[in-house]
Amino acid sequence: MNLEEIKSLLPYQDPFLFVDELHSVDEDGISGSYTFPENSYFYQGHFKNNPITPGVILTETMAQIGLVAYGIYILSLTGDTEELAKGQVALTSTEMNFYKPVLPNEKVEVISKKEYYRFNKLKCKVEMFNEKKELVCRGMIAGVLINKS
Amino acid sequence: MSNNEAMLADLKSIIKPYIQNEEAFAKLTEETDFINDLKINSANLVDIVLDVEDKFDIEIDNDSMDKMLNVKAALEVIQEKLAVK
Repeated sequence: MNLEEIKSLLPYQDPFLFVDELHSVDEDGISGSYTFPENSYFYQGHFKNNPITPGVILTETMAQIGLVAYGIYILSLTGDTEELAKGQVALTSTEMNFYKPVLPNEKVEVISKKEYYRFNKLKCKVEMFNEKKELVCRGMIAGVLINKS
Repeated sequence: MSNNEAMLADLKSIIKPYIQNEEAFAKLTEETDFINDLKINSANLVDIVLDVEDKFDIEIDNDSMDKMLNVKAALEVIQEKLAVK
């Protein structure tokens, strides 16, 4: 399965799709990027007259690339591709540390490395970098892959 | 301490970080159910199984994993896998 196919199977759309591009994927992990448009709805309230990307949105971005897009790839290795669209990735835990703020129009890269995939549970070590290659956040994200086929 | 008691003690120390019900853990018996009594979610059940594999140096397959729903069943699976090592 190629990167475009994985992206087309992501179960999100605007205003809650946080993946612009997937860069690479293999059995060890995945990487991708997203640029936060300055007119994103959450900047209206986070914070008053001081727009900063919320940590939950950074976490969501890391989960969409590092867990869900990667989970689709992992399911594609074992399952029927046509049935894949019906599959789901259920988030089960996140543990995140934040180091730098992300401002409107900033582009971030997410790099996810597989910790393990056993008994349908996918656990990944995920890192996010800004355009200066500074570490923005890092943590562990886990979910359960449900292949309904 | 007998082998079984030692194994139960090991299992309890593996389970402890994942429990959501302290009271049920305090009065744990062989009949204690991981999901219903200890309120462990199915994703953390996977972590417990992986920790059990490391602790006892055994490999647990899908069928055995499906059986490991309470303390008694978990101990039986561990004994079974240790016996064929």
